[in-house]
Amino acid sequence: MSGSAVSDLLLSVDGVTIDYSGFKALDNFSMTLNRGETRVVIGPNGAGKSTLCDTIIGRVRPSAGRVLFKGEEIQRLAEQKIVARGICRKFQAPGVLPTLSVRDNLALAARRDRRWWKSFGIGIPADERLAVEEALDTVGLAHRAQVEAGTLAHGEKQWLEIAMVMATGAELLLLDEPTAGMGPAETSRTAELILGLGDSRTVLVIDHDMSFVEQLAAPVTVMHQGKFLKQGSIADVRADPEVAAVYLGHAK
Amino acid sequence: MPDLSVLTARFDPLKPFLPWLLLALGLAAPFALSAYDLNLLARFMAMGILALGLVLIWGHGGILSLGQGVFFGLGGYAIAIHMKLADLPQGEIPDFMVWSGRTSLPLWWQPFASPVFTLAAILIIPTLVGALFSGAVFHRRVGGTYFALITQALALAFSTLIISRQDVTGGFNGLTDFYSVFGFGLAGPGTGSGLYWLTLAVLCVAFIGLRWLLASRFGMLLRASRDGENRVRFLGYSPTPFKVVAFAIAAMLAGIGGALFTLHAGVVSPALIGVVPSIEMVVWVAIGGRYSLAGAIVGALLVNLARDAVSSAFPELWLYLMGALFIFVVTLLPRGLAGLAKGKAA
Repeated sequence: MSGSAVSDLLLSVDGVTIDYSGFKALDNFSMTLNRGETRVVIGPNGAGKSTLCDTIIGRVRPSAGRVLFKGEEIQRLAEQKIVARGICRKFQAPGVLPTLSVRDNLALAARRDRRWWKSFGIGIPADERLAVEEALDTVGLAHRAQVEAGTLAHGEKQWLEIAMVMATGAELLLLDEPTAGMGPAETSRTAELILGLGDSRTVLVIDHDMSFVEQLAAPVTVMHQGKFLKQGSIADVRADPEVAAVYLGHAK
Repeated sequence: MPDLSVLTARFDPLKPFLPWLLLALGLAAPFALSAYDLNLLARFMAMGILALGLVLIWGHGGILSLGQGVFFGLGGYAIAIHMKLADLPQGEIPDFMVWSGRTSLPLWWQPFASPVFTLAAILIIPTLVGALFSGAVFHRRVGGTYFALITQALALAFSTLIISRQDVTGGFNGLTDFYSVFGFGLAGPGTGSGLYWLTLAVLCVAFIGLRWLLASRFGMLLRASRDGENRVRFLGYSPTPFKVVAFAIAAMLAGIGGALFTLHAGVVSPALIGVVPSIEMVVWVAIGGRYSLAGAIVGALLVNLARDAVSSAFPELWLYLMGALFIFVVTLLPRGLAGLAKGKAA
């Protein structure tokens, strides 16, 4: 790592291999993310995109390689410690807490002190309430705050989970297929939402809806069979013959 | 599910007063019931305390325990050992030990001579065993059906251990023939009513305490871990301590219930704490409603009342009837009687 890049560098995935008894979901994969950057990761099914998220948040453990967040190795840390360092992930299938109200979902996310012996209070403290109301407004769910999250429409669940991930205050947000199951109008709104996160957050988006990726207008990393394939603007990547071959299914 | 809300709708105007009415009835029971009936009611209320713990772990935590009898037994045996020692003349050992060929008191019986130690043991031993056991299992991220099976194995191991160590546990017959507790004669005037009121008080405290716990952030996180353990984990919480603490509280309530039950019933034995009774405990709560604290108490009272009525007339019939009730509730009333009462709101 060069010294000058350290201050900008937020995440570095360094030669990571995830080996599922012989099948390499990630194969010596490396990438870096700078502070404030939005990056899209694309690739065909089975390219290792979700495994990349799993690795960063500590759901799977690499057999080789390192994951560095703010210069610190995190690939052996407990999941909740990784979150405490400032990384939070939205899952592919909406992972809202179905029997809690929309507001309570956000209240749990916005909570900074997550130790069990500090959990016996009733109600949401004032400072956390502010963050909760802000998140509700951002995703336009303020009018649905009292309903059980399980009764939301699919798109609303996706937005709620994005709001939860935001409310944790994490610096790095991993959004795994945030537009899965959405129509074009909902997809556009999701893109606006992500663009509205601004420079304060670093966002890694996984998706294969190309119109959505174009709306984000962010640099794209292409993965294939657990390996890094290409990186560049959406136009560069589209014009690349190797990428086209992978998507058409006759790669070498 | 059939709409049965008409059955409950007309009680609605009473609703705000219902808890106070029930409390008044509960307090007045010793003046209205015969000593025998009062004793029965007190036993069932002791079981209700255990049932409250199951609402916490099973209803709200999604943790099915088929081993609550173990904790019920730990509390029951703790008070029973104390009463056995308190009734003994100086220097003697309980008669069943003599029959088994023992000549001295086992070392681990001796501290139970102290009332303070015994009270502490009733509160602490089940809680500690519950915490260590569930901590070891949940730490390895074992849950669901596997956890239920492990708790059942625990119940089997515990009752087998007690039966096999006849010389120090009283074996299959358990411990019985108690005459006094903490200086009060069990047959004395007023002791029955006093113990009843004590049980009622503990039941009320447990009920109010759990209502608060379930409304707190702890309750939210327990339900959240039940419904989406991964989401909770990746919001930065460790779900394990929440589940362990809930399980320990349920074990403590089971232990307290077991101690009170033993006082009322005058006996504790493996027949009350093994695999089958542990399953029955789950059935009370399934019938009353596993998400509802009030439902669990009602379930414990009604099922045990029915058991008493049916099994005195037709001893063979009870298990079939309970099985049928269980199937009925699980298939048609997943929220139990409490779901029926709330049918109008839902």
